[in-house]
This record gives sequence, structure tokens and C-alpha cells, in this order.
Amino acid sequence: MIPLIEYRIILNWILDKSSVLDLGCHEGELLSLIVKEKNARVHGIEINEQAIYKCVELGLSVSHQDIDNGLSEYGDESFDYVILNQSLQQVKKPDVVLKESLRVGKKVIIGFPNFAHYKVRCQIFFRGKTPVTPSLPYEWYETPNLHFLSISDFIGYCQRQNIRIIRTAFINNNGKAGILPNLLAQTGLFLISK
Amino acid sequence: MSKTIAIESPENKKQSEGIGIIETGYYTFSNPPDELILESGKPFGPVTLAYETYGKLNNQKTNAILVLHALSGDAHAAGYHQGDIKPGWWDEMIGPGKAFDTDTYFVICSNVIGGCRGSTGPSSINPDTNKPYGLGFPTITIKDMVNAQRRLIDHLGIPKLLCVVGGSMGGMQALQWAASYPDRVRSVIPIATTLKHSPQQIAFNEVGRQAIMADPDWNGGNYYAKVPPVKGLAVARMIGHITYMSDISMNNKFGRRFNNGKKHPRFGAEFEVEGYLHYHGDNFVKRFDANSYLYITRALDYFDLSNGRTLFEVFKGIKAQFLIIAFKSDWLYPAYQSKDILKICKLAGIEATYCEINSTYGHDAFLLEIEEETYLIRHFLKRVYNGYVMVEAHGI
Repeated sequence: MIPLIEYRIILNWILDKSSVLDLGCHEGELLSLIVKEKNARVHGIEINEQAIYKCVELGLSVSHQDIDNGLSEYGDESFDYVILNQSLQQVKKPDVVLKESLRVGKKVIIGFPNFAHYKVRCQIFFRGKTPVTPSLPYEWYETPNLHFLSISDFIGYCQRQNIRIIRTAFINNNGKAGILPNLLAQTGLFLISK
Repeated sequence: MSKTIAIESPENKKQSEGIGIIETGYYTFSNPPDELILESGKPFGPVTLAYETYGKLNNQKTNAILVLHALSGDAHAAGYHQGDIKPGWWDEMIGPGKAFDTDTYFVICSNVIGGCRGSTGPSSINPDTNKPYGLGFPTITIKDMVNAQRRLIDHLGIPKLLCVVGGSMGGMQALQWAASYPDRVRSVIPIATTLKHSPQQIAFNEVGRQAIMADPDWNGGNYYAKVPPVKGLAVARMIGHITYMSDISMNNKFGRRFNNGKKHPRFGAEFEVEGYLHYHGDNFVKRFDANSYLYITRALDYFDLSNGRTLFEVFKGIKAQFLIIAFKSDWLYPAYQSKDILKICKLAGIEATYCEINSTYGHDAFLLEIEEETYLIRHFLKRVYNGYVMVEAHGI
């Protein structure tokens, strides 16, 4: 479901031999790429038991935990990067998780589906229905997404919280969305720091 | 050292699939004046440990795994003793192609000091009096169990263990190994265990001990020439079994079904669950010594890995990787205790993997959730072992 282009962009943002904590690491696809290509020291946290088995099979070290319960076992800036790829919109308290990520990581990489993409807007406006799109593929009754945010929402949040946006990438079906990202991008990727 | 003999007759097909027939070995050490110094400061010896080994130690001696048993376990972890119908207590996990693959690894399991299954314990003969120790046996701790095992590992010529692994009390020994001998342990797999015994855990053990001591046959621990306190020990075991199961697993296994087909005395085992507890209580007394039960449960209760230091200090010195496993329905050693192990690993910068297996079996799950445990352990060991081989090669 998640296109490889997101992984390539995230990999490009990560420096060699860094330490990486992936919050909501799913089956460890991204983490194992980071290990192979960036020679990084990595750890993943994942709530799904079956995904944990996949991660262990890949030789990753992972914790079967709920990131909503906090990251109190990690000291300040104990990782070069904390990744929240497609997981921020699924936690109960995005605000808390984001603040904890910025405490634990020197830099934080965020990826989320853009709720203001024009297809989403059209489905709500013309059909009057909860949108189902490639980046938001779930029906309302089965979605793991608890929060719906747009690229503009996130930029506004960062400005209000004095979070520094270091890099951005906006992605749609054709690759990178060059103009009007809040309208044309299905996914927003951000590299941020305090 | 114990030997493996494969037998091929069809009736023994099941037996020949795994380890095959196995014999327990014995190692005696700590003869005066070179006694083992116990945690209490008391010198003690001689000490015999019963042990079994499976698979072959490689030339570099880098493939040895020490399996540590729980409260009522013993050295017989896998394979069959001659004439036995049942295999060792973790046979499903140890053998060719299993989680602890004996085609690759050399697996060791020994009975703890204080035990009654071939190792020196309260039922052993005190050489000074030529009578069983009884309550003259010194207090034993988890650390003492580990220190005794270290002598066995020295004897087997193993400089560094690839892995120490165990569930429940075995997990405590595994943690103690990593804390006491950080240079001799490459990886640790603590399963359904804790950094320290909780008041609830101590309380259940105390009820078990009181049941034994309330049996007039216990006689202050001096019963070896007479009738042992079988009633008390059986009740202790029954309490244990309740804590090893879960509400769901009891519902699934027994429901409210009656023990039909038998005439029951008034207040006899009318319900199936009662029959189960009676059966296990009565069977336990045939193989377990009541005084050993007192000493070993006491060792469990004393267990606190920090032991006067901070946990951070203890873990800061550990170099091993961890695979921590807990079970959702385990209320005797709840998952939060395993998460505490994970937390201190992370704080100390130790590489650790944690999985909470969604099992309904309660604490017993560590002996029953074979498929999940096998998956996690096999892949974890592969990574540790391959890493080890690589590091060693670079070292040369």
C-alpha cells in the first residue's frame, strides 16, 4: 500500500551510521532498508503481534508496545531520528506522541495521508461520503485512523508549537507533487526538529 | 556427559524423531576445603548437579545454550529416559529442527542446587551426619543456583554461553546469569518472569509453604525415614496450579462439568477442576520433596536482581542481547513485569526485543505456546549466533 517512493525519500534524509527509532514500524520493511543502506542502529515499536514476528524474522530488535503509553524509558535525544510513518494519525494522543518523539529524537520524520487532497474533498463535497482513496483506503467502520489532518494543518501546528520544519516532501500517484501540495499531494513527509 | 542413542524401531518412532534416549549426567564439585561460598556467606560442599546435554559443542565452543528450569522442573528437558513414555519438560522446544535446534546448538540443562531431582538439596545425605540435611540445609538463593551452574559450565569447558534461557524461575536465573557473569553470556531470553518477586507472588508461595508445614508428617522437616508430608505438599501444588492457569483456560478446560462416573465422598472432587487439582497434587508428591519446595520457593521470594544496587547499575554492565517474552493472560507473572525488564534494558542501552504473546493459558503458556516461542527464539538465536560467528572471525 505504501509506495516505495516514501521509503526512498526517508532513506535520503537519514545519515549513515545514525540511530533510528521507528514508532509503529509495521512489519519492519522500512527499518530493514535503513539497516542495509544506512548501516544504522535501529529499534522498532509496534502494537501488532503478528507484525512483531515478521520484524523478528528480519532480524530486527523490536518492542511489542503501544506508543500511546509514552517513551519514558528513553532519555532526551537518545536517537538521531525518530520515525512516525503512517502512525501519527492512528495514535490516541498525537500531540503527546509528537512531543515525546521530539524529546527522544534529535530529528523526527513524519509521514501521514493528506486529508485535504482534492479527491478526498470531492468525495465529501459531491458524494457526501467519508472518503476512501489510495492513501486513505479504509471504510469509516474499519479504519485504524483516528485523526484526520491535512498538510496545512500540520504546517500550522508546527508554526504554533515552534517546531522547525527542516525538509518536506509531498507525494501523489505520479511521484512528487510540485505545486499546491495541500490540494494535490496524497501524502506529506516532514523532517522536523525542536 | 550424557549420550544420545537414536533407536529406530517403529513403536519408538516418536522417540526417535527428537533427541532420542538420553541419560542424566552428574557433576560433583565444591569438595572441602574449596567449597562453594553461598550468598549468605556460608561455605557449602560437596555439591552435585544433575545435568543433561543435547547436540554437540562446536570446536570454537560458541554454540552452547543453557536452559534453566522453573520451580518444579529438572535437568531432563528433552528426549526420553529409558522406559519412559513422557519426554523431558521442554522437549517440544529442544531437538533437531526445533527452536533450540540441536543440529546447530549444544543445549545444557541442570537441576538447581536445593532441588530434589539429582542435585544436592535438603533430601541429600549430609556427609557430616550421614543423614539427609532436612532443615540443616543452608538457605539457597537464585544467585547460588547460578553460581553452582557456573561451575558446571566451567567443567564443560565453555568460556561463553551463546544464550541463557528460561521461563518463570528459569527466567530469574537467566537474568541473574547476565548480571553476575556479563562476560560469559551472549544473549538472554527471560520468559514470563520478573526482576523481583512481588508481594502477591510471595503470598502465594507462603500459603504453599504453610500447607506443607501444617501437615503433621512434615515433622519439622525431619521425615525422610518416615511418611513424607504428602497432603501438605499436594495442597501446595494445587495452589500452584491455580496460579499457573487463567480464568479463561479453566473455563475452557473444565467449565462447571462434574467428574461423572465416580462415586464421590461428601466434599470429594465432584467438579472436573477439582479432579484435575487432586490428580496433579497427588502426582507431584511422587516426584518432589517437600523441603525442596520450601527452600526453592524461599529462593524465589528472596529474588531481587538489584540486590542493593540500582537496576541501572546492574544493567549498565550487561553486554548481552535480550529477547523478552510475556503472555497476556499470565496473572502470576504479569506482562508489566516483563515490560520492566524491557524498560531497564532500554535505559541501559541494551538491545532488546519484547513480545507479549496473546495466549489464554496463563503462566503455563511458557510451556504451551510452542509455535510462537519457536518462531521468536529461532530467528533471535540465528541473529545472535551469526553475529557471534562474524565477530569471532574478525577477532581472529
